[in-house]
Amino acid sequence: MRIEIAGQNAFIVYFAEQTSAAVSAQIQAAVTNILASMQDSIVDLVPSYASLLVIFDLDRSDHFAVKQQLRAALTNLDSVDASAGSLVTLPVYYSAESGPDLEVIAARSNIGIDDVIEIHQQQEYRVYAIGFAPGFAYLGEVDERIAAPRLATPRQKVPRGAVAIADRQTAVYPAVSPGGWNLIGLCPTRMFDPGKNPSMPVQVGDRIRFSAISRDEYIDQGGEL
Amino acid sequence: MSGLLVKQPGLLSLLHDRGRYGAHNLGLTTGGPLDGLAFDWANRLLGNDVNATCLEISFGGLVIEAERNTSFVITGAIAPCKLNDETIAQWCTQDIKTGDKLEIGFTSAGTRCYLAVSGGFDIAPSFGSSSTVVREKIGGLNGDKLQSSDHLPCSGDSLAAHCFLAEVDRPVYADFARLRVVPGYQQAAFEPLQQWRFFNTEYRLTERCDRMGFRLEGEIVHSNMVGMLSEGICHGAIQIPADGQPIVLMNDRQTIGGYPKIGAVIPRDTAVLSQMTPGTQVRFEAISIEQAHNIHCLEKARFERSSLQPC
Repeated sequence: MRIEIAGQNAFIVYFAEQTSAAVSAQIQAAVTNILASMQDSIVDLVPSYASLLVIFDLDRSDHFAVKQQLRAALTNLDSVDASAGSLVTLPVYYSAESGPDLEVIAARSNIGIDDVIEIHQQQEYRVYAIGFAPGFAYLGEVDERIAAPRLATPRQKVPRGAVAIADRQTAVYPAVSPGGWNLIGLCPTRMFDPGKNPSMPVQVGDRIRFSAISRDEYIDQGGEL
Repeated sequence: MSGLLVKQPGLLSLLHDRGRYGAHNLGLTTGGPLDGLAFDWANRLLGNDVNATCLEISFGGLVIEAERNTSFVITGAIAPCKLNDETIAQWCTQDIKTGDKLEIGFTSAGTRCYLAVSGGFDIAPSFGSSSTVVREKIGGLNGDKLQSSDHLPCSGDSLAAHCFLAEVDRPVYADFARLRVVPGYQQAAFEPLQQWRFFNTEYRLTERCDRMGFRLEGEIVHSNMVGMLSEGICHGAIQIPADGQPIVLMNDRQTIGGYPKIGAVIPRDTAVLSQMTPGTQVRFEAISIEQAHNIHCLEKARFERSSLQPC
């Protein structure tokens, strides 16, 4: 583990060179420890694949004090259970209509569209990071057979709820936005709703499963086409 | 609630308190005033809470009509300001009465003006802050920049006594700046020669400078990073993508990203940078964390010590 300076009031802690469920669990444990012991001086925490950005209030503490407290908060992280974190199931309407890139992904690996849909549901994913846009959760890791590079030309408009794949990551678009990920279905669950508390159904460290629903079920659950 | 009526919104006028903190876990950025110093002065001149909501007016062009009596002040960039067609001074508290027209023309030195009213604008916070982030459609009035006919609610009364900040105590908006940088992040991935280049040449502001980031151009600088995992980005971080041209990430930056970073510009100097225009130049200067802390404490003491003059 390495603690580096990010800025005058921020540290970035690197836990590993690569990401894994175990690394992600360690980062979650670190977040819990820091929130418990350093609440007075911490402004924001940004967990990501293999790192944690720690931003503190320079009017309440300083680089040296925070570094010392961080070191203490970052001990005993290894005993954490990698399967901790809530399990959240997200329904998906997979189809050619809702997932225009299913066919391309199937063709890449010489498998059927039904196989792509099946393989996407077999995996239990982990929320590695939240960012890019409010509520955008990066989930990993996708089975290599359905991994696919980003589109050469991003779409101007990806619909809200679009379930997508980029390399070995998958995500649900929280709002209409431009996007270069491959679209395979639509999820009726709102990934970010500012009027709701909590405003997101998932947080970093949670485990996610996808489960196929029909077109009718998608509409019944509030989905739009 | 009565307040101010927007007759002309200007190019980019946004309601801001000091920013949205503690919401990065949802992917929400910070927002807040680009020039925190001019913002803080606006609130201090009116005796407001330090986090009171002000209006950040980028490049000027704002016209408003008062729907109530209150006091106000305009700090930040230099722009022609008129109250009922009479020229008025900036950095100086004044009264405005129902029916009065206030105009802030286009900026001539600096780019961001701050308009504060007595007690601040009354904007309901979302995720703990009134700051407007247009990309996220959050904060301000419906998450958007000001539009014609918007009402800016405020309820503070006129001040009993007026004051101003002496010119000698005000920031100067110049065409060149030294931006002090705390090296960090992937600094070690930049070879000594690359770092020497970065810290010893001038960079010019491009046209692509906005609230997310300021793109600069100059000597090309490369790191030896080959692919990296996305990670949290702090305010002021200097990102250097494959084209070798630095981007200073500002208040509305994305919270995570996967490009190498050489360090972060201190907030005092991102404030300076935010007031600069395309074509002007900056030079980066590496400082230690101790120096950065010293600057923070000195500037804070100076802000508290500078006295307001009665007028």
